[in-house]
Amino acid sequence: MKTGVAGTKESNDALISVFESDMLEIEIQSIVDLMYHDQIEKVIRETLKEEHIQNIRVVCVDKGALDYTIRARLITALKRMKSDD
Amino acid sequence: MMQTADVFGADSVIFDLEDSVHINEKASARNLIKDYLLGHPVLPSKVILRVNAPDTADYSFDLQLLDTLKIDGIMLPKASEKSTKALAEMLKRKEESLGRQFDIIPIIELASSFLELKNIASVKGVTGLLLGGEDFCSDMEIKRTREGKELWFPRAELAIVSRALGIDAIDTPFADVNDDEGLTQDALMASSLGMTAKAAIHPRQIPLIHAVFSPSNDQILWAKNVLDAEKKASKNGLGVFSLDGKMIDQPIIKRARTIMQKAQRYEVGVPENEE
Amino acid sequence: MKNSLNREIPDGLKPFQSSSDFRHQERRLIPEKSPVDQSLFYPSLEAAFLAMDIKPGMTLSFHHHLRSGDQVINQVGELISKYDIKGLTLAPSSIFPEYRLSDLIIRQNITQIVTSYLNGPVADTIAKGHLAGELIMQTHGGRARAIESGELAIDVAFLACPVVDKSGNGSGAYGKSACGTLGYACSDWRYAKKVILVSDTLVDKLDSYQLDHSHVDGVVMVDSIGDPAGIVAGTTKITRDPIGLKIAEDTATLLTELGVIRNGFSMQTGAGGTSLAVADAVKKVMLKNQVKGKFASGGITGYYVDMLNQGLFEHLYDVQCFDLEAVESYHKNKNHIGISASEYGNPFENKSAVDRLDFVILGATEIDLDFNVNVTTDAFGKIIGGSGGHADTAHGAKITIITSTLTKARIPIIREKVRTITTPGSDVDILVTERGIAINPLRTDLLEKLSHSRLKIMTIRELLDLTYAIAGKPKEIPSGKKRIGYLEYRDGSVIDSLYDSPLY
Repeated sequence: MKTGVAGTKESNDALISVFESDMLEIEIQSIVDLMYHDQIEKVIRETLKEEHIQNIRVVCVDKGALDYTIRARLITALKRMKSDD
Repeated sequence: MMQTADVFGADSVIFDLEDSVHINEKASARNLIKDYLLGHPVLPSKVILRVNAPDTADYSFDLQLLDTLKIDGIMLPKASEKSTKALAEMLKRKEESLGRQFDIIPIIELASSFLELKNIASVKGVTGLLLGGEDFCSDMEIKRTREGKELWFPRAELAIVSRALGIDAIDTPFADVNDDEGLTQDALMASSLGMTAKAAIHPRQIPLIHAVFSPSNDQILWAKNVLDAEKKASKNGLGVFSLDGKMIDQPIIKRARTIMQKAQRYEVGVPENEE
Repeated sequence: MKNSLNREIPDGLKPFQSSSDFRHQERRLIPEKSPVDQSLFYPSLEAAFLAMDIKPGMTLSFHHHLRSGDQVINQVGELISKYDIKGLTLAPSSIFPEYRLSDLIIRQNITQIVTSYLNGPVADTIAKGHLAGELIMQTHGGRARAIESGELAIDVAFLACPVVDKSGNGSGAYGKSACGTLGYACSDWRYAKKVILVSDTLVDKLDSYQLDHSHVDGVVMVDSIGDPAGIVAGTTKITRDPIGLKIAEDTATLLTELGVIRNGFSMQTGAGGTSLAVADAVKKVMLKNQVKGKFASGGITGYYVDMLNQGLFEHLYDVQCFDLEAVESYHKNKNHIGISASEYGNPFENKSAVDRLDFVILGATEIDLDFNVNVTTDAFGKIIGGSGGHADTAHGAKITIITSTLTKARIPIIREKVRTITTPGSDVDILVTERGIAINPLRTDLLEKLSHSRLKIMTIRELLDLTYAIAGKPKEIPSGKKRIGYLEYRDGSVIDSLYDSPLY
């Protein structure tokens, strides 16, 4: 199975892993989950849409990252998955 | 740290894709900078990108970040006349398609760069030269010291060329972030030779650098008095006049103007005249 | 019932009117406890405990000078458990994570708690709704006022005391568990019906002491009253965080522009890294302009001791020593003066330390558009602290400055409404953040003085909008449904209620 990982577990960052899947699954573990869960999920969904990806499993371990960081980490993880042979 | 790059009052912030980014993380770092520049609502007043050397595969990917329209200039490592001209050429095309100007700041860090110094500095778009002290010393096989005597000549040379061409002479960063005294001495040395700016590698270095490179209260007060006296004198039709018993002529007036411009740039207020 | 800040408070209690309302109130003093002829030395803590005849419904008090190293509260807790006494009120001046009280709360041995600061397991146990009665949170100065007025009537005070003499006098200045001044214990000592000193160092005769034997009913010598490593924390260092340093520098610039760093001035900061960075930045201005201050007050660290020794202040007024340097200095330097919580922050005390402050630098977990500050609960309703001296100093000092980053791990510090009001906005003047400084619009004098400031002055609304632009607007987290207690302002009026956390 192809996978890709990007980011770190440092504060203000997120560690994002993506796995090939035949359905869309988004798992979020965040230190600010109660306040920003929906926002994080929204950024992940929008980014996947831009990248034309429908089915994938995304695991986001968030340490208070801002939207741009989550986006960048996800895009890198996706690229790494593509080149993972 | 990137998301607070705007808060420290640096005149510009350099985002590094070269030495501080591991080879496997280059693409990831580019993505992060790109999304930061496009997605963060508050950015530094000026954004400079230090790209990888032109002979690497990353170089052209790095330059694609210019498309964000949020980058003000490119810092070019191990600059030569050839690589600086090539970058200028490439930027010219970018400038035409993107409709904006980019600064070029070549890093002078090889002995060979000094042979071509004035040609590098004369390339169109070059707004400043950065002395890369660490790489320069390793290229010269000499020791970099806290006192920095070994950088006396390169600093002076770089300052003179920059002054002659009206561009910034940016000093090499001081590596020990815990040595405030060493940093101040280092900056004073650079400033005394005519360097006009200094790179920092930690935010806490910024106020200390500003303290050295911004004009002092005494200087500002002197400049203000000179310009006031000049106004008075020119009203009376005098080209040369005296102030506190000293002859004031055009070079001195020009110097006073430069100090006032600098003071404005550093947002240093004009101190009250002490009666 | 709602108070003047529009906060729902329990019926029948005195609602908060304003921070200066105490000026219209009479100071009430119960008689001090009558002098004891001779302090009795008990063979064990258990013997003393039994002699005190502790019954359900009584109130026991403690001080927190031994901080996380305190063993006295834990040892008394074991006796409460052993004799299974129910329905007690516990009134320690603060509660640290190491205090083992949770089981006593769950088993209803302790059914009410009165304190000024708490966090950790006990706070969590209460926030989960396990306390049968209520959690009453006071300020340091308010606790002293509540004790002297009889509102907080203490049956037995168990006071940890690092050194006692054979007459029953007690001090914190030295001994193997030395903690320095015993400022928070003074009201308990003066007004509790019974006072027991618990010590691990006995000397023939103390030359000077804070706790005179005349109010001491009993003394108990135990092997150890505390773990020295927990009593004095390692020396707090100035923050290395560049954002904290930037905020500190800007705060010092602001104080300079306001002209308050001048001969004879007085100040207080907390003991955290950013607070010390502010003190350090102020120190630099003092050295540069050759300014000598009158005093610094509050919890004292080695950093202030250095400033005293360098002649930058005439005195330190110390209600609590934070580190070994402070303990040592309190013991040896006559200009390092121990003060009681009452002399520190009691609203009715004439010339209290807080009333003489030119400025104070404080923190916030939340601050709202009206400048109300919360240092009691976090954004999720967990109890993470309490006023301590926050509301006391904010009211007393001529200028109250809050320093904070705009966000902590993405969570905004500025809120439209804070979850819990610890300190009313009318007493909070300035918020310094990394991206701008907001001045309370009530302080037109400060706004006037700063009209040409080279700092970035913004409205607090603008700072909030900027925070939202950077971090996004967070989802509102509702408050809990069950009331678990309330916050008393300095004068004993109720400023806000506490609810169980929706996290649990």
